[in-house]
Amino acid sequence: MAVAGETAKVDPMYQFTVKPLLGENLDIAGYNIAFTNSALWMLITAVVLWVFMIGGMKRELVPGRWQMTVETFTGFIDDMLEANVGKAGRKYVPYIFSLFMFILLANLLGLMPLGIFGVHPFTFTSHFTVTGIFAIISFAIVLIVGFAKHGLHFFSLFVPSGTPLPMVFVIAPIEFISFLFRPFSLGLRLFVAMMAGHVLLEVLSSFVIDGWNAGAGFGLLVGVPSFLLMVAICALEILVAGIQAYVFALLSSLYINDAENLH
Amino acid sequence: MDLEAAKMIGAGLAAIGAGMAALGVGNVFGSFLESALRNPGAADGQQGRLFIGFAAAELLGLLAFVVAMIILFV
Repeated sequence: MAVAGETAKVDPMYQFTVKPLLGENLDIAGYNIAFTNSALWMLITAVVLWVFMIGGMKRELVPGRWQMTVETFTGFIDDMLEANVGKAGRKYVPYIFSLFMFILLANLLGLMPLGIFGVHPFTFTSHFTVTGIFAIISFAIVLIVGFAKHGLHFFSLFVPSGTPLPMVFVIAPIEFISFLFRPFSLGLRLFVAMMAGHVLLEVLSSFVIDGWNAGAGFGLLVGVPSFLLMVAICALEILVAGIQAYVFALLSSLYINDAENLH
Repeated sequence: MDLEAAKMIGAGLAAIGAGMAALGVGNVFGSFLESALRNPGAADGQQGRLFIGFAAAELLGLLAFVVAMIILFV
Protein backbone atom coordinates (compact mmCIF):
# COMPACT_ATOMS: atom_id res chain seq x y z
CA MET A 1 0.00 0.00 0.00
CA ALA A 2 3.07 2.24 -0.11
CA VAL A 3 2.27 3.23 -3.68
CA ALA A 4 -1.35 3.90 -2.88
CA GLY A 5 -0.57 7.53 -2.15
CA GLU A 6 0.95 8.10 -5.57
CA THR A 7 -1.46 6.16 -7.75
CA ALA A 8 -5.19 6.73 -7.69
CA LYS A 9 -6.43 5.28 -4.41
CA VAL A 10 -9.56 3.17 -4.80
CA ASP A 11 -12.38 4.43 -2.61
CA PRO A 12 -14.79 1.52 -2.05
CA MET A 13 -17.60 3.85 -0.96
CA TYR A 14 -17.50 6.08 -4.04
CA GLN A 15 -19.74 3.70 -6.04
CA PHE A 16 -22.66 4.45 -3.72
CA THR A 17 -22.61 8.22 -4.38
CA VAL A 18 -25.98 9.55 -5.52
CA LYS A 19 -25.33 12.06 -8.29
CA PRO A 20 -27.87 14.40 -9.86
CA LEU A 21 -28.17 13.96 -13.63
CA LEU A 22 -30.96 16.40 -14.49
CA GLY A 23 -32.38 19.44 -12.75
CA GLU A 24 -29.76 19.96 -10.02
CA ASN A 25 -31.46 23.16 -8.88
CA LEU A 26 -35.02 21.86 -8.82
CA ASP A 27 -36.33 22.45 -5.30
CA ILE A 28 -39.74 21.76 -3.82
CA ALA A 29 -40.35 23.04 -0.30
CA GLY A 30 -36.63 23.14 0.40
CA TYR A 31 -35.97 19.59 -0.83
CA ASN A 32 -33.93 18.93 -3.94
CA ILE A 33 -35.83 16.72 -6.39
CA ALA A 34 -33.13 16.28 -9.03
CA PHE A 35 -33.27 13.22 -11.30
CA THR A 36 -30.38 11.19 -9.88
CA ASN A 37 -28.51 8.11 -11.07
CA SER A 38 -30.47 6.21 -8.40
CA ALA A 39 -33.74 7.29 -10.02
CA LEU A 40 -32.35 6.46 -13.45
CA TRP A 41 -31.57 2.87 -12.46
CA MET A 42 -34.96 2.50 -10.79
CA LEU A 43 -36.48 3.59 -14.09
CA ILE A 44 -34.29 1.15 -16.04
CA THR A 45 -35.27 -1.68 -13.66
CA ALA A 46 -38.96 -0.82 -14.03
CA VAL A 47 -38.66 -0.75 -17.84
CA VAL A 48 -36.80 -4.09 -17.93
CA LEU A 49 -39.43 -5.64 -15.67
CA TRP A 50 -42.19 -4.16 -17.83
CA VAL A 51 -40.67 -5.53 -21.05
CA PHE A 52 -40.15 -8.92 -19.38
CA MET A 53 -43.79 -9.09 -18.31
CA ILE A 54 -45.29 -7.78 -21.57
CA GLY A 55 -43.28 -10.33 -23.56
CA GLY A 56 -44.60 -13.18 -21.43
CA MET A 57 -48.28 -12.23 -21.08
CA LYS A 58 -49.45 -13.47 -24.46
CA ARG A 59 -51.69 -16.16 -22.87
CA GLU A 60 -50.86 -18.72 -25.51
CA LEU A 61 -52.34 -22.17 -24.95
CA VAL A 62 -48.96 -23.77 -25.61
CA PRO A 63 -46.53 -21.40 -23.85
CA GLY A 64 -43.29 -20.46 -25.55
CA ARG A 65 -39.99 -20.11 -23.69
CA TRP A 66 -40.57 -16.51 -22.64
CA GLN A 67 -44.08 -17.12 -21.36
CA MET A 68 -42.78 -20.24 -19.59
CA THR A 69 -40.16 -18.12 -17.76
CA VAL A 70 -42.71 -15.56 -16.62
CA GLU A 71 -45.10 -18.29 -15.51
CA THR A 72 -42.32 -19.97 -13.53
CA PHE A 73 -41.80 -16.75 -11.56
CA THR A 74 -45.49 -16.04 -10.98
CA GLY A 75 -46.09 -19.69 -10.05
CA PHE A 76 -43.16 -19.55 -7.62
CA ILE A 77 -44.60 -16.52 -5.79
CA ASP A 78 -48.10 -18.01 -5.94
CA ASP A 79 -46.88 -21.25 -4.32
CA MET A 80 -44.96 -19.31 -1.67
CA LEU A 81 -48.05 -17.32 -0.63
CA GLU A 82 -50.25 -20.42 -0.78
CA ALA A 83 -47.85 -22.27 1.54
CA ASN A 84 -47.33 -19.40 3.99
CA VAL A 85 -50.65 -17.54 4.07
CA GLY A 86 -53.10 -20.07 2.67
CA LYS A 87 -56.09 -19.36 0.45
CA ALA A 88 -56.29 -15.74 1.63
CA GLY A 89 -52.78 -15.19 0.30
CA ARG A 90 -53.87 -15.10 -3.36
CA LYS A 91 -54.78 -11.43 -3.24
CA TYR A 92 -51.23 -10.47 -2.19
CA VAL A 93 -49.61 -12.15 -5.22
CA PRO A 94 -49.43 -8.90 -7.27
CA TYR A 95 -47.73 -6.98 -4.45
CA ILE A 96 -45.24 -9.71 -3.45
CA PHE A 97 -44.51 -10.52 -7.10
CA SER A 98 -43.77 -6.87 -7.98
CA LEU A 99 -41.61 -6.54 -4.88
CA PHE A 100 -39.68 -9.74 -5.59
CA MET A 101 -39.08 -9.05 -9.28
CA PHE A 102 -38.17 -5.39 -8.73
CA ILE A 103 -35.60 -6.25 -6.04
CA LEU A 104 -34.24 -9.22 -8.00
CA LEU A 105 -33.79 -7.21 -11.21
CA ALA A 106 -32.31 -4.26 -9.30
CA ASN A 107 -29.77 -6.54 -7.62
CA LEU A 108 -28.86 -8.28 -10.87
CA LEU A 109 -28.70 -5.10 -12.99
CA GLY A 110 -26.43 -3.55 -10.36
CA LEU A 111 -24.01 -6.46 -10.82
CA MET A 112 -23.87 -6.13 -14.62
CA PRO A 113 -20.28 -5.57 -15.82
CA LEU A 114 -21.30 -2.48 -17.82
CA GLY A 115 -18.27 -0.58 -16.51
CA ILE A 116 -16.24 -1.84 -19.47
CA PHE A 117 -18.57 0.17 -21.73
CA GLY A 118 -18.16 3.25 -19.54
CA VAL A 119 -21.65 2.97 -18.01
CA HIS A 120 -21.55 2.46 -14.25
CA PRO A 121 -24.52 0.55 -12.88
CA PHE A 122 -25.94 1.88 -9.65
CA THR A 123 -27.40 -0.65 -7.21
CA PHE A 124 -30.15 1.35 -5.59
CA THR A 125 -31.00 -1.57 -3.27
CA SER A 126 -27.71 -0.78 -1.51
CA HIS A 127 -29.33 2.35 -0.06
CA PHE A 128 -31.36 2.22 3.12
CA THR A 129 -33.70 4.95 1.87
CA VAL A 130 -34.89 2.60 -0.88
CA THR A 131 -35.03 -0.69 1.03
CA GLY A 132 -36.45 1.09 4.06
CA ILE A 133 -39.37 2.34 1.96
CA PHE A 134 -39.98 -1.22 0.65
CA ALA A 135 -39.99 -2.46 4.25
CA ILE A 136 -42.33 0.33 5.40
CA ILE A 137 -44.79 -0.51 2.59
CA SER A 138 -44.80 -4.18 3.70
CA PHE A 139 -45.21 -3.18 7.33
CA ALA A 140 -48.01 -0.74 6.47
CA ILE A 141 -49.88 -3.51 4.64
CA VAL A 142 -49.53 -5.73 7.72
CA LEU A 143 -50.88 -2.99 10.01
CA ILE A 144 -53.74 -1.94 7.71
CA VAL A 145 -54.86 -5.51 6.97
CA GLY A 146 -54.46 -6.55 10.60
CA PHE A 147 -56.49 -3.71 12.06
CA ALA A 148 -59.10 -3.75 9.28
CA LYS A 149 -59.66 -7.48 9.62
CA HIS A 150 -59.37 -8.06 13.36
CA GLY A 151 -59.84 -4.59 14.86
CA LEU A 152 -58.34 -4.18 18.31
CA HIS A 153 -58.20 -7.97 18.56
CA PHE A 154 -55.05 -7.63 16.43
CA PHE A 155 -53.14 -6.85 19.65
CA SER A 156 -53.53 -10.52 20.66
CA LEU A 157 -50.66 -11.05 18.18
CA PHE A 158 -48.36 -10.07 21.03
CA VAL A 159 -49.68 -12.84 23.30
CA PRO A 160 -49.06 -16.29 21.81
CA SER A 161 -51.94 -18.65 22.53
CA GLY A 162 -51.51 -20.77 25.65
CA THR A 163 -49.32 -18.28 27.51
CA PRO A 164 -49.79 -18.52 31.31
CA LEU A 165 -51.12 -15.26 32.78
CA PRO A 166 -48.00 -14.31 34.81
CA MET A 167 -45.85 -14.72 31.70
CA VAL A 168 -48.01 -12.37 29.62
CA PHE A 169 -46.44 -9.32 31.21
CA VAL A 170 -42.99 -10.55 30.22
CA ILE A 171 -43.75 -11.94 26.78
CA ALA A 172 -46.02 -9.17 25.47
CA PRO A 173 -43.36 -6.40 25.62
CA ILE A 174 -40.77 -8.69 24.02
CA GLU A 175 -43.16 -9.64 21.21
CA PHE A 176 -44.09 -6.00 20.79
CA ILE A 177 -40.48 -4.90 20.44
CA SER A 178 -39.71 -7.73 18.01
CA PHE A 179 -42.78 -6.69 16.00
CA LEU A 180 -41.61 -3.07 15.83
CA PHE A 181 -38.12 -4.17 14.82
CA ARG A 182 -39.47 -6.03 11.77
CA PRO A 183 -39.48 -3.23 9.15
CA PHE A 184 -36.03 -2.16 10.32
CA SER A 185 -34.53 -5.65 10.03
CA LEU A 186 -36.30 -6.25 6.71
CA GLY A 187 -34.84 -3.15 5.08
CA LEU A 188 -31.47 -3.46 6.80
CA ARG A 189 -30.86 -7.04 5.65
CA LEU A 190 -31.26 -6.27 1.96
CA PHE A 191 -29.30 -3.00 2.02
CA VAL A 192 -26.36 -4.35 4.02
CA ALA A 193 -26.11 -7.59 2.04
CA MET A 194 -25.95 -5.67 -1.24
CA MET A 195 -23.60 -2.99 0.09
CA ALA A 196 -21.22 -5.51 1.67
CA GLY A 197 -20.99 -7.48 -1.58
CA HIS A 198 -20.22 -4.41 -3.66
CA VAL A 199 -17.64 -3.12 -1.17
CA LEU A 200 -15.99 -6.56 -1.20
CA LEU A 201 -15.79 -6.58 -5.01
CA GLU A 202 -14.38 -3.05 -5.01
CA VAL A 203 -11.74 -3.88 -2.38
CA LEU A 204 -10.66 -7.01 -4.27
CA SER A 205 -10.41 -5.07 -7.53
CA SER A 206 -8.27 -2.48 -5.75
CA PHE A 207 -5.96 -5.34 -4.69
CA VAL A 208 -5.61 -6.34 -8.35
CA ILE A 209 -4.92 -2.78 -9.52
CA ASP A 210 -2.57 -1.80 -6.68
CA GLY A 211 -0.82 -5.19 -6.87
CA TRP A 212 0.06 -4.83 -10.55
CA ASN A 213 1.00 -1.17 -10.05
CA ALA A 214 3.50 -2.27 -7.39
CA GLY A 215 5.34 -4.50 -9.88
CA ALA A 216 5.08 -7.89 -11.57
CA GLY A 217 6.06 -9.76 -8.39
CA PHE A 218 3.21 -8.27 -6.37
CA GLY A 219 0.98 -8.67 -9.40
CA LEU A 220 1.53 -12.42 -9.56
CA LEU A 221 1.52 -12.89 -5.78
CA VAL A 222 -1.48 -10.68 -4.91
CA GLY A 223 -3.16 -9.59 -8.13
CA VAL A 224 -3.80 -12.97 -9.74
CA PRO A 225 -5.24 -14.72 -6.64
CA SER A 226 -7.37 -11.64 -5.90
CA PHE A 227 -8.68 -11.67 -9.45
CA LEU A 228 -9.62 -15.36 -9.22
CA LEU A 229 -11.31 -14.74 -5.87
CA MET A 230 -13.14 -11.78 -7.41
CA VAL A 231 -14.58 -13.99 -10.15
CA ALA A 232 -15.75 -16.51 -7.53
CA ILE A 233 -17.24 -13.74 -5.36
CA CYS A 234 -19.11 -12.42 -8.43
CA ALA A 235 -20.80 -15.82 -8.75
CA LEU A 236 -21.59 -15.72 -5.03
CA GLU A 237 -23.04 -12.22 -5.43
CA ILE A 238 -25.45 -13.44 -8.11
CA LEU A 239 -26.59 -16.11 -5.64
CA VAL A 240 -26.93 -13.49 -2.88
CA ALA A 241 -28.95 -11.22 -5.20
CA GLY A 242 -31.46 -14.03 -5.69
CA ILE A 243 -31.51 -15.14 -2.05
CA GLN A 244 -31.99 -11.62 -0.69
CA ALA A 245 -34.90 -10.93 -3.05
CA TYR A 246 -36.42 -14.28 -2.05
CA VAL A 247 -35.90 -13.66 1.68
CA PHE A 248 -37.49 -10.20 1.41
CA ALA A 249 -40.56 -11.64 -0.34
CA LEU A 250 -40.71 -14.63 2.04
CA LEU A 251 -40.54 -12.51 5.20
CA SER A 252 -43.09 -10.04 3.80
CA SER A 253 -45.49 -12.92 3.15
CA LEU A 254 -44.85 -14.32 6.65
CA TYR A 255 -45.66 -10.95 8.22
CA ILE A 256 -48.79 -10.72 6.08
CA ASN A 257 -49.71 -14.19 7.37
CA ASP A 258 -49.62 -12.79 10.93
CA ALA A 259 -52.07 -10.09 9.88
CA GLU A 260 -54.35 -12.42 7.89
CA ASN A 261 -54.60 -15.32 10.35
CA LEU A 262 -53.74 -14.30 13.91
CA HIS A 263 -51.78 -17.15 15.45
CA MET B 1 -3.58 5.34 21.54
CA ASP B 2 -5.30 8.04 19.54
CA LEU B 3 -8.97 7.95 18.55
CA GLU B 4 -8.31 7.03 14.92
CA ALA B 5 -6.33 3.89 15.84
CA ALA B 6 -8.91 2.90 18.45
CA LYS B 7 -11.67 3.23 15.81
CA MET B 8 -9.80 0.93 13.43
CA ILE B 9 -9.30 -1.69 16.17
CA GLY B 10 -12.97 -1.40 17.13
CA ALA B 11 -14.07 -1.92 13.54
CA GLY B 12 -11.80 -4.95 13.30
CA LEU B 13 -13.28 -6.39 16.48
CA ALA B 14 -16.79 -5.83 15.12
CA ALA B 15 -15.84 -8.02 12.16
CA ILE B 16 -15.63 -10.99 14.57
CA GLY B 17 -19.44 -10.86 14.55
CA ALA B 18 -19.45 -11.51 10.81
CA GLY B 19 -17.37 -14.64 11.37
CA MET B 20 -19.76 -15.79 14.10
CA ALA B 21 -22.68 -15.32 11.70
CA ALA B 22 -20.79 -17.54 9.25
CA LEU B 23 -20.89 -20.28 11.90
CA GLY B 24 -24.62 -19.68 12.33
CA VAL B 25 -25.44 -19.75 8.62
CA GLY B 26 -23.27 -22.83 8.14
CA ASN B 27 -25.08 -24.52 10.99
CA VAL B 28 -28.49 -23.73 9.45
CA PHE B 29 -27.61 -25.18 6.05
CA GLY B 30 -25.58 -28.04 7.53
CA SER B 31 -28.39 -29.21 9.77
CA PHE B 32 -30.84 -28.88 6.90
CA LEU B 33 -28.71 -31.00 4.58
CA GLU B 34 -28.08 -33.59 7.29
CA SER B 35 -31.76 -34.14 7.88
CA ALA B 36 -32.71 -33.68 4.21
CA LEU B 37 -30.47 -36.61 3.29
CA ARG B 38 -32.17 -38.75 5.93
CA ASN B 39 -35.64 -37.92 4.63
CA PRO B 40 -35.43 -36.41 1.12
CA GLY B 41 -39.20 -36.57 0.70
CA ALA B 42 -39.79 -34.01 3.45
CA ALA B 43 -36.95 -31.70 2.39
CA ASP B 44 -38.81 -29.62 -0.24
CA GLY B 45 -41.58 -28.69 2.17
CA GLN B 46 -39.09 -27.19 4.63
CA GLN B 47 -37.32 -24.80 2.27
CA GLY B 48 -39.28 -21.81 3.53
CA ARG B 49 -38.21 -22.53 7.12
CA LEU B 50 -34.63 -23.06 5.90
CA PHE B 51 -34.51 -19.54 4.49
CA ILE B 52 -36.22 -18.02 7.54
CA GLY B 53 -33.48 -19.55 9.70
CA PHE B 54 -30.85 -18.38 7.25
CA ALA B 55 -32.26 -14.83 7.27
CA ALA B 56 -32.36 -14.70 11.07
CA ALA B 57 -28.77 -15.95 11.42
CA GLU B 58 -27.49 -13.71 8.65
CA LEU B 59 -29.10 -10.56 10.03
CA LEU B 60 -26.92 -10.69 13.14
CA GLY B 61 -23.78 -10.89 11.02
CA LEU B 62 -24.96 -7.99 8.90
CA LEU B 63 -25.58 -6.01 12.09
CA ALA B 64 -21.91 -6.58 12.97
CA PHE B 65 -20.98 -5.18 9.55
CA VAL B 66 -23.21 -2.15 10.17
CA VAL B 67 -21.51 -1.58 13.53
CA ALA B 68 -18.10 -1.68 11.82
CA MET B 69 -19.29 0.78 9.15
CA ILE B 70 -20.75 3.14 11.77
CA ILE B 71 -17.48 3.07 13.71
CA LEU B 72 -15.44 3.77 10.58
CA PHE B 73 -17.55 6.33 8.72
CA VAL B 74 -19.99 8.02 11.12
